[in-house]
Amino acid sequence: MIELVAKSPAEGLLPKTIGTLTLSEVTPTIHSIAPLKGARLKDFPDVGKSAPYKGGTLIWSARGQYMLLDAPTPKIKAAITDQSDAWTSVTLTGDRAQALLARLCPLDTAKMAPGDVARSLIGHMSAIIIRQDAGFQIMVFRAFARTLVHEMTDAMTALAARQNIPDTSGL
Amino acid sequence: MRINCPLCGERDRREFYYMGAADYLDRPAEGDLDGIHKYLHIRENPAGVTRDLWHHEAGCSSWLVIERNTSTHEIHSVTLASEVAK
Repeated sequence: MIELVAKSPAEGLLPKTIGTLTLSEVTPTIHSIAPLKGARLKDFPDVGKSAPYKGGTLIWSARGQYMLLDAPTPKIKAAITDQSDAWTSVTLTGDRAQALLARLCPLDTAKMAPGDVARSLIGHMSAIIIRQDAGFQIMVFRAFARTLVHEMTDAMTALAARQNIPDTSGL
Repeated sequence: MRINCPLCGERDRREFYYMGAADYLDRPAEGDLDGIHKYLHIRENPAGVTRDLWHHEAGCSSWLVIERNTSTHEIHSVTLASEVAK
């Protein structure tokens, strides 16, 4: 019989530390939650926010859609799908994470407070960007793992190459 | 160009995609052939204020009705299409 081996999306590509920044993979369980019409659900976060939920984190991810990270499947009035294998999740930590994202993302990530969530772009990829206490968590569709790592490590290299040049950007 | 999405706040143009004139929200009655012809094919092309549908493709995926000026690039209003089409 064939023995299948489970691999994470960025297996063998991460972690990577370049300059002051570290990019690592995380593999949360992910449930997409689309509340049914008229359902009143308690403790759901506002647009652009996240909230602790049943031992995990519930993040707003789009219009009428939430993602539950690291918690068991909830029993609520909503359309729920397990998407744990559908996303590549990475965390970006270290000094000047915002300066790095300024190269890749149209958002002003300096305005995000810990727990804030945004749908936006990383390069040309649609992404979920979560501000954490130390850095950012970034989620893109699983098939983009290699592209995400390539884009981000390229930008990290370029940023590190400039670290001895005086910075006047204020980021 | 920046668009102030009612859900996400002010975002860069590249997150949005143009989806056509807001005329698409006013579907004609069934059997109204002249109305359907206009709905599908007849469009104004104003140098001035126009109403379009946009999709916040790389953001919250809302459809938006945007009133803007094609001459000055001013954006006058941004509304969720679900609010307009109620």
